[in-house]
Amino acid sequence: MPRLSQQLREWFQARFGTGTLDWLTHKQVPRHHHTVWYYLGGMTLFLFIVQVVTGILLLLYYRPSPGEAFESVQFIMTKVQFGWLVRGIHAWSANLLIFTAMLHMFSTFLLKAYRKPRELTWMTGCVLFFLFLGFGFSGYLLPWNTLAFFATKVGTQMMAAVPVIGNWLLTFFRGGEDVTGATLTRFFGFHVAIFPALTTAVVGAHLFLVQFFGMSVPPSIERTYSNKPVPSYSFLPSFMLRDLIGWYLALGVLAALAALFPWELGVKADPFAPTPAGIRPEWYFLFLFQTLKLIPGRVLWIEGEQFGVLVFGLAATLWVLIPFLDRNPTGRVGKLITGIGAFAIVYILAMSLWAWRS
Amino acid sequence: MFLRCLSTLVLLLLGALGAAAKDAKPVVNHCLECHAAFDGKLGDPARQFPDDIHATRGLTCADCHGGNPSQEDAEKAMDRKQGFRGVPKRSEIPQLCARCHSDGAFMRAYNPSLRTDQLTQYGTSVHGKRLRAGDTRVAVCSDCHSPHSIRPASSPLSTVHAPQIPMTCGRCHADPMRMKPYGIPTNQLDDYRGSVHYQTLTGGDLSAPTCATCHGNHGAAPPGVASIERVCGTCHVFQEQLFDQSPHKAPWQAAKIAACLTCHGNHRVEHTGDALLGTGGESLCLRCHAKDDAGGKTAQRIYADLTGLDSNLGDAAAVLDRAERAGMEVGEARLTLSNGREKLIKARVDVHTMIPARVEQNTEEGRKLALQAQQAGQQALAEYAYRRKGLALSLIAIAFVVGTLWLLIRSIERRPPAGEEVTRP
Amino acid sequence: MDISAPEAGRVATPGRRRLLGFLVGSGVVASLVSIIYPILKFVLPPRRAEMDAETVAAQANELAPGTAKIFRFGNQPAILIRLADGSYRALSAVCTHLNCTVQYRARERDIWCACHNGVYNLQGGNVSGPPPRPLREYAVHVRGKEIVVSRGSRT
Repeated sequence: MPRLSQQLREWFQARFGTGTLDWLTHKQVPRHHHTVWYYLGGMTLFLFIVQVVTGILLLLYYRPSPGEAFESVQFIMTKVQFGWLVRGIHAWSANLLIFTAMLHMFSTFLLKAYRKPRELTWMTGCVLFFLFLGFGFSGYLLPWNTLAFFATKVGTQMMAAVPVIGNWLLTFFRGGEDVTGATLTRFFGFHVAIFPALTTAVVGAHLFLVQFFGMSVPPSIERTYSNKPVPSYSFLPSFMLRDLIGWYLALGVLAALAALFPWELGVKADPFAPTPAGIRPEWYFLFLFQTLKLIPGRVLWIEGEQFGVLVFGLAATLWVLIPFLDRNPTGRVGKLITGIGAFAIVYILAMSLWAWRS
Repeated sequence: MFLRCLSTLVLLLLGALGAAAKDAKPVVNHCLECHAAFDGKLGDPARQFPDDIHATRGLTCADCHGGNPSQEDAEKAMDRKQGFRGVPKRSEIPQLCARCHSDGAFMRAYNPSLRTDQLTQYGTSVHGKRLRAGDTRVAVCSDCHSPHSIRPASSPLSTVHAPQIPMTCGRCHADPMRMKPYGIPTNQLDDYRGSVHYQTLTGGDLSAPTCATCHGNHGAAPPGVASIERVCGTCHVFQEQLFDQSPHKAPWQAAKIAACLTCHGNHRVEHTGDALLGTGGESLCLRCHAKDDAGGKTAQRIYADLTGLDSNLGDAAAVLDRAERAGMEVGEARLTLSNGREKLIKARVDVHTMIPARVEQNTEEGRKLALQAQQAGQQALAEYAYRRKGLALSLIAIAFVVGTLWLLIRSIERRPPAGEEVTRP
Repeated sequence: MDISAPEAGRVATPGRRRLLGFLVGSGVVASLVSIIYPILKFVLPPRRAEMDAETVAAQANELAPGTAKIFRFGNQPAILIRLADGSYRALSAVCTHLNCTVQYRARERDIWCACHNGVYNLQGGNVSGPPPRPLREYAVHVRGKEIVVSRGSRT
């Protein structure tokens, strides 16, 4: 074994020089009591890879038309060998992915990892998060079951509230006036072509930036070690092997979830059926859903729904631009921003819980 | 061009109006005008009649009551010499209606599909016979059809609309005072309301049997013992055919025991169940048979067959439910199971032969299907267990990798200078 | 297998490292097998490689005009009738009374349920006997040499 690895290394170095490997083995990862948060990005990446693999597998049997979509998913789950597992993992992994991405985003926010020079890393990360939400929203419709159909109807309806271009957006995403087979075709296109292409590019940029700048050390840790160097360990093998452990654990959790809690398929969508009671979006949209329910019919001079969409749009924009607003993270503005962010997290949690319980 | 079109249109319209005015008879019906002013008995007909089918087809009061509606003066309008009939005698009513309704040529102009044999039919009914014998308390046309609110049977407002028929008959037949002279029971309406037929009728199926379906309408009479089987058999064809093959057929006929209703009742035909067979508390067989005579044994055997299959199907369904709750797909097995249930349904019809071998043909096939479905369900459950085993195996592999990785990390990091010389050439 | 030198703390020997490396490697291989095996199984299509939305009910020359056959449609039996004029019609074969399977009667030109003598016409309408509702109709397409039945309505 060592002989072979030695040979391989020499073969590689003869062509690419010693630079790359040296860089990887010399790369150090700061080691302190916040190090655990460094693993969340890798975990999200791993789950994304799981999504790509299971997604490609599902494409072998899935058929994106209203007459066949539901039946093809049913076929995958019942007739194709291990189809239940592949679809179960795809569905569960999607949810875990959003969850770890959220944790990753909020931890980098609270640890102020977006500070100079990592503004672009933060912004590409935000774009990735929005792309994942897009994946979730478009993928939810693909099995063409009643719940997804009506949740999509309600979800796309919100787009109409966007000022000026609302109606255009609605028609664009629905592929017509209403949610129909045309919407399914469109969402399928977004889900398997447009979003993956964009995500691959942005993930590449995000990873490059992370490697280029190295891991950010939180201000509190910087202060503790004021002038001394922060302790660290090697990226390869120490950090990588720990990452691997995390990925294996995630794999185990996914397998267990898929085997013990099969993802439901529900009932085939019937566009002419009345909207069933208890329609709700996926859990990561619940806070939006609940907030829009709470906003009164008219705020100031604008419609309630429009107001909500505007506020959330503004909040999302500010969220992406945080690195530029928070110039001095340890100053008063920095603390204020942390406070607002913490409030936002609590708000999202509370609203989600409320919507989930009701 | 436009003006010319317009003027042509106006001319056409005017012409049409003129023609309509020329054709229309002056509608003067002074009967209605005067009678509408009365309260109660004298006024009600005037208020009811305009919605009557006869009024909507252009008939007037005078067509039945005689007289001259165009006369404003009451005396002249209702002049007996001018043919005014007044309230027709009950005994004359059937003949009165039959003037038109038995005239095929006349009725064809109004409703060619309407039968014209009502009077003949009525003559064969108990009502008609008694009327001929001078009993005017029996039902005549107007008692069932109402005198002045007659509507076609298809109208929900009609007294002879299927769901209304039980009440229409019951108005007299459920009235003990009225039935007293005839000495017949008055519990038919109550009994009928407890029947499956009534349930089906009120459930919206207008083809469900009402009084008239079994007794006839114009020829209403109780079906005799001999014809009961034929009456029920108009709908329950199989049951009739199968009963004809049963050992009950000949002796019952000889002893003048009625088919069908001896077990099922007449007006209160209730849902059946396997418990009506056998030798249990609800057993109908034990009314005549003893537990240990040949009939009792046959009953016991058929009962055991049916309930056996029923419980087999139930067991299989329970296994399939369990598999489905575990997230397994058992659609194929459900199909088998429903085929098995079909066998039970057929076997229950075969009961009317009272021949155990006949019943067993179907129960045996059903039992096989139930077993097949149950096995498929158990296979699905086994598959579920297999998935868990597969999961356990892969979790073991994962745990093993995680554990050894952890040990590897520790062993690497315990080396004094943190693992550098290995990677250095 | 592993002798730790007390004075240097528990320092791993190269032998222990090699053993651990081997164990990790074989663990990874085992877990990769447990990932790749389901994938290989998944990729091979199952024997009945059509899903329930559509079913090939018959071949083009299989039914003579005025005959019919029962076929499996999803989890339910359905009936494909070739009418006298040569056209096809597909209906659910599940009697609306008590879910027995109905059959075509060539002489009467109707659909009949043997359980309680329920009769439907060839449009699926309930004509006589206990059936409370008509039979559901499915869409039929002639695709090449195959008669394909799907769930969509005909209209």
